[in-house]
Amino acid sequence: MKERVIGWLLFLCAALSTMVTVGIVLVLLRETVAFFGEVSLAEFLTDPRWTPNFAADQQHFGISPLLAGSLLVALGAAAIALPVGLLTAIFLSEYAADRLRQVLKPILEILAGIPTVVYGYFALTFVTPFLRSVIPITQVYNAASAAIVVGVMIIPTVASLSEDALSAVPQMLREGAYGLGATRFEVSTRVVVPAALSGILASFILAISRAIGETMAVTIAAGGLANLTANPFEPVLTMTAFIVQVSLGDTPPGTMVYRSLFAVGMSLFLITLVMNVVSQWVLSRYREAYE
Amino acid sequence: MGSRRVFVCAVLAVAGLAMSCSPGGNDAGGLSGSIQVDGSSTVFPVSEAAAEDFMIANPGVRVTVAFSGTGGGFKRFCAGETSISDASRPITQEEIETCAAAGIEYLEIPVAYDGLSVVTNPSADFVECLTMEELKRVWEPESTVASWADLRSGFPARELRLFGPGTDSGTFDYFTEEVVGTAKASRTDFQASEDDNVLVQGVAGDEGSLGYFGYAYYAENQERLKLLGVDAGGGCVRPSDATIEDGTYPLARPLLIYVRSDALARPEVQAFVRFYLTEAPQLVPSTGYHPLPAERYEAGLAMLPGAAGM
Repeated sequence: MKERVIGWLLFLCAALSTMVTVGIVLVLLRETVAFFGEVSLAEFLTDPRWTPNFAADQQHFGISPLLAGSLLVALGAAAIALPVGLLTAIFLSEYAADRLRQVLKPILEILAGIPTVVYGYFALTFVTPFLRSVIPITQVYNAASAAIVVGVMIIPTVASLSEDALSAVPQMLREGAYGLGATRFEVSTRVVVPAALSGILASFILAISRAIGETMAVTIAAGGLANLTANPFEPVLTMTAFIVQVSLGDTPPGTMVYRSLFAVGMSLFLITLVMNVVSQWVLSRYREAYE
Repeated sequence: MGSRRVFVCAVLAVAGLAMSCSPGGNDAGGLSGSIQVDGSSTVFPVSEAAAEDFMIANPGVRVTVAFSGTGGGFKRFCAGETSISDASRPITQEEIETCAAAGIEYLEIPVAYDGLSVVTNPSADFVECLTMEELKRVWEPESTVASWADLRSGFPARELRLFGPGTDSGTFDYFTEEVVGTAKASRTDFQASEDDNVLVQGVAGDEGSLGYFGYAYYAENQERLKLLGVDAGGGCVRPSDATIEDGTYPLARPLLIYVRSDALARPEVQAFVRFYLTEAPQLVPSTGYHPLPAERYEAGLAMLPGAAGM
């Protein structure tokens, strides 16, 4: 009898998370449907302007500037984090002595534990002035600083998960390669990394989806101007920063501004959902099973 | 077991002592409670200064001052969430109706004058003054002015970077009404924020910048900003005590607080508003704004219930 009760309790806990997720999706859906009752999907996707908080005749609901902002920051962060994270993982897994690994891994975890708002403040007060001294066209609020600190922020994600994937490769593969006369570098890059590819790719995708969802650092450092641009030295408004900007004021329910919040939230949710599904697919497709 | 029991007793005793010594209620002023203030970021420095001094004199009262913007503040005020709403523009007809529909009555009390300041980067040594017409050309909807050279011939071809309050801000409403002609009509490609410190940061950091916000934020950052004069046809006028008082500065406006009548029934709220208006002649200049003539503050005090004989 006791066992059954415990079983039910555990089931309830699991059900709770599922119900919360479903609830969030339903709330997002309801307001998003109301939003698209007023704004056509074509306008949402193609209009180059995003101005929902201005007067009715000036409102434009094209998500491209927000998408461009989020992508600019995420891709910039990926450009930093993916190579550095993967190389760190290779070092930790293939090159580092046990004791060095035991010291380095916790330090990497600390980097992951720093609050994102601190990263944002750091971007504004340290990275931006540095960038402006090196690249004078950089503006006070710009996408590059945010991309740099978000990149640093997600290095631990990439490094940790990639290192787990690399460690899971059976030792016999390495030994076989050494036996054939390969150098350590050749073993790491030609044998171990391809074998661990699915886990590494999955870590990449997870890190990028984290960068897209990053809020505080971009709100503080990237700016508040919805700007459709590929220039990282200009201010941009990411999807997450827009949500903060509108939520900080007061938004009466039922207005287009309120609904635009949900439309943007839904877009964010869909993007990260697609990335997660893709990463699952990649994991299963490229997984190499060893006995 | 014995030492553990002693430990538990000791903890309970300390907790009991701590609770009996807690503030709130039984000391000098006797006032306790909490007061919610929200609204204009322009008025925020004044309300915040009043709140701080009031809380020092009355430790039992907790006054929290936020700055969602004048519009945001009114939305909360008419929903009954705040007792006092800071405003850098008078309440609109729509907001009056919202409050009436919610059954909220209030007092409108002016507390200061602000010379809304147009600022640029200190490196812009080619400009001292802008006419109202030029400001309108820059800020009107669909404006195509993209560089300083577009604004006035003789200006360098520096890219114009604009900073201004967000659409929930009373400063935004007032500026667009005075400069563009219709409230809330503005170009949309400027860096917007309800937090004026973000704007200060932007204007101070960017060579081609142009921004506008309450005078207090300029006064606090004079080394990082350059104040521009405004010419409404009568010559270049900079905001100062003199030009605000005699009305020659075109962008001078009253700053107000709106206080809920039912909140005034609470002694701590009434004491706070009374304190605010009595201390205003000292508080307001310290924040950079211009105080009202003494009679206006006395008129405000007279509006409060139970005014006679306090």
